Amino acid sequence: MNQYTLLGKKPTRFGFGEALVELGEWSENVVVLGGDITGSVLTSFFKEKFPDRFFSIGIAEQNATTIAAGLALSGKIPFFSSYSAFAAFRCADQLRLSVCYNEANVKIGGGHSGITVGPDGATHQSLEELSFLRSLPNLTLLVPCDYLEAKKATIAIGKSFGPAYIRFGRSPVPMFTKEETEFEIGRANVLRKGSDVAIIACGIMVWEALQAAEELQEKHGISAMVINNHTIKPIDVKTIVDAALECKTIVTAEEHQIYGGMGSAVAEVIAKNYPVPIEFVGMKDSFGGSGEPEELMEKFGLTRREIVLSALEAVKRKKKNTHSYKNVVDVAV
Amino acid sequence: MNELLKFDEKLFKNQKRKAQEFEEIAIEIRRDIIKMLFQAKSGHSGGPLGIADIFAVLFFGAYMNYKAEEPSWKERDRFILSSGHYCPVLYSALARAGFYPVEEMATLRKFGSRLQGHPGRDMGLPGIEASTGSLGQGISIAVGMAISDKYLDKNEQKVFCLTGDGELQEGSCWEAAMAASNYKLDNLCWIVDNNDCQIDGRVQDVMNIYPLDEKFKSFGFNVIVCDGHNFEDIISAFEQFSNNSKKKIGKPCVIIAETKMGRAVSFMEDKHQWHGNPPNEEQALIALKELK
Repeated sequence: MNQYTLLGKKPTRFGFGEALVELGEWSENVVVLGGDITGSVLTSFFKEKFPDRFFSIGIAEQNATTIAAGLALSGKIPFFSSYSAFAAFRCADQLRLSVCYNEANVKIGGGHSGITVGPDGATHQSLEELSFLRSLPNLTLLVPCDYLEAKKATIAIGKSFGPAYIRFGRSPVPMFTKEETEFEIGRANVLRKGSDVAIIACGIMVWEALQAAEELQEKHGISAMVINNHTIKPIDVKTIVDAALECKTIVTAEEHQIYGGMGSAVAEVIAKNYPVPIEFVGMKDSFGGSGEPEELMEKFGLTRREIVLSALEAVKRKKKNTHSYKNVVDVAV
Repeated sequence: MNELLKFDEKLFKNQKRKAQEFEEIAIEIRRDIIKMLFQAKSGHSGGPLGIADIFAVLFFGAYMNYKAEEPSWKERDRFILSSGHYCPVLYSALARAGFYPVEEMATLRKFGSRLQGHPGRDMGLPGIEASTGSLGQGISIAVGMAISDKYLDKNEQKVFCLTGDGELQEGSCWEAAMAASNYKLDNLCWIVDNNDCQIDGRVQDVMNIYPLDEKFKSFGFNVIVCDGHNFEDIISAFEQFSNNSKKKIGKPCVIIAETKMGRAVSFMEDKHQWHGNPPNEEQALIALKELK
C-alpha cells in the first residue's frame, strides 16, 4: 500500500522560484542572474523581492554562467536559471571550466526540462543533459520529483558549498511528498518497500513508479520497491546496492535518454558492486516533438504502463538468469 | 645546466616609478619566460614576451593594489588572465612580486607543479584568482567580479583582465562587453593584447576582428589605444583608467595595447610561429644574451 497519495498538481519550477526567495532572506550573498525568461523559470519571484541582488544578463547564457563564476569567486552565492536545453549544453564549456574546475559556488537551475515541456517541441525538450552533467567533477546534480522536493532541493544546494545543477520542469505534475518527507543530497529515498523488483526513478517518473508498483502488486502479485533517486551525483551507492541485494533485479525510470542518464549511473553502480538484470525506462534514443505532456509521455513510453512491462521483463530475466542481447531500442512501448 | 638558465632572486616593489625604471623589470620578466619555457620544454613564448612591458607597469607601477604576502587580502584589486596560455608572464610577475618562491618557476608544466600549463586555481598558487584557458571566459569572470565589487560590496576595488586579439573571435567576449557596458563597470580594465598574431597567422587572415577601437566604442567603452612597448604610453593608459575609475565615469575601460609577439627576442619578434613553442637550449641562450 502506498503511503503517498496525490495531493494535487503543480510545476516543479514553482518550488525552485519560491525557494530562491527563502534563500534570499536567509543570506544577503544569494544573488540571481536572469536570462530573459525569468517569468518562465520563476527567478522573477526573487527579482521582485530583491531587485538590488538581481542582475539581468539578457539572452546570453554562456556569459551569465561565467559571470556567475566571477560572482562566486567574490564570495557570492549566484543562481542562474534558463531552460535546460540552453543552461546545460550551450554552456558546457563554461560549466566545465569556469564553474566546476574553478570549484565556483555557482547554482544552475535547469528549467523546462524533459518531454513535458510539451507544445514547444523537440528543440526545447532537453533529454540529454544529465549524461554530460554527471561527468563533470565537483558538480552536484539533482532531479527532484515534485514541487515540494524541488523547493527543498533548491534550498539544500543554496546552503551547501560547491557547484550544483538542479533540473526541473514547466508543466503541472503530481505532488505527493510532504513537509516531513526526508530530503538529503546524496541519499536516495525508499518510498515503498518491496522484494521482487526495485524501481529506481527520478523526477516525474517517481510518481509513475509508485503507480506502477500498485499495479504490479494488484494485477501480478509482484512486490516492487520504489526508490526516489533525486541525487544523480553524488549517487547513493549504498541504497542502490541494497536494493539489488534485496530484489535481485532493477528497473530505472527517467524523463531523459536511456543513454547516459540516471539509469546509466545506476547501471555503473550495479555492474561494479552487485550485477543484476536492469531494464531501462526513458527516451529511447530519439528526439521529442510537439504535443501535450500526457500525449508525449504516452508516445515515448514514459508511463507507469512502460514501467510495469519493464518490471515484468526484469523479473522474468531474474528467474531465467540468462543473458539477453536485446537492443535497448526494441523495448516494447 | 648552464648557470645562465637559473633564476636569480631579484624581487620588485609595487610602487610609482619613472618610465625608464620599468625597463629592468620587463627584461627580468622576459628572461624568466625564456628560462621557464626552456625548462618546461613546451608552452607559449610569443604572447607572454609581447605583453611583458604591460605586466611590468601593471604589477610594479602601483596601478593594481595587492599584498603579495596576503594574497586573499579582502581589499585587493584582481587580475584575471583570460588568455590562460599567457601564464608564464603572470607566473613571473607573481614570483617577482613575492607571491611565491622565485625558484618554483622552474617547475612550470611539470607533474604536481602549482604552475600548471594553464592557470589552475585548484593548485593553490598564490595570486591565481581563477582557472582560465578556454578562451573568452576569463573576461566574463572579470565582469562578474566587477559587478560584485561595484554593486554588492560597493567598494572601490578594480578588476583587470587580459585577453588576446584572436580571442576576440570568441562570441562570448562580446556578450561580456555588452554586460560590462550595460552595468557601467568603470572599475573594469580590459587589456587587449593586439599583436595581430594567432596560431594560424595574422588575425585579419584567420578572421578579421578590426577595427577594434570602433567596435569597443560602439559597445560603450572608454577606449585607450597605446603602444604596448612604450612605457610612457603604458603609464598614461593606466593613469587614465585609474582617474576615470575614481571619477566613476560609468563606462568600462579597454586598453588596446599594440604589441609585437615575441618582442625583444630577435628571432621570435612578430613571428606567429612562436605562438606555442618553447626555445631549445641554444635558442634560450641567444635570447638571454639579447635580453640585457
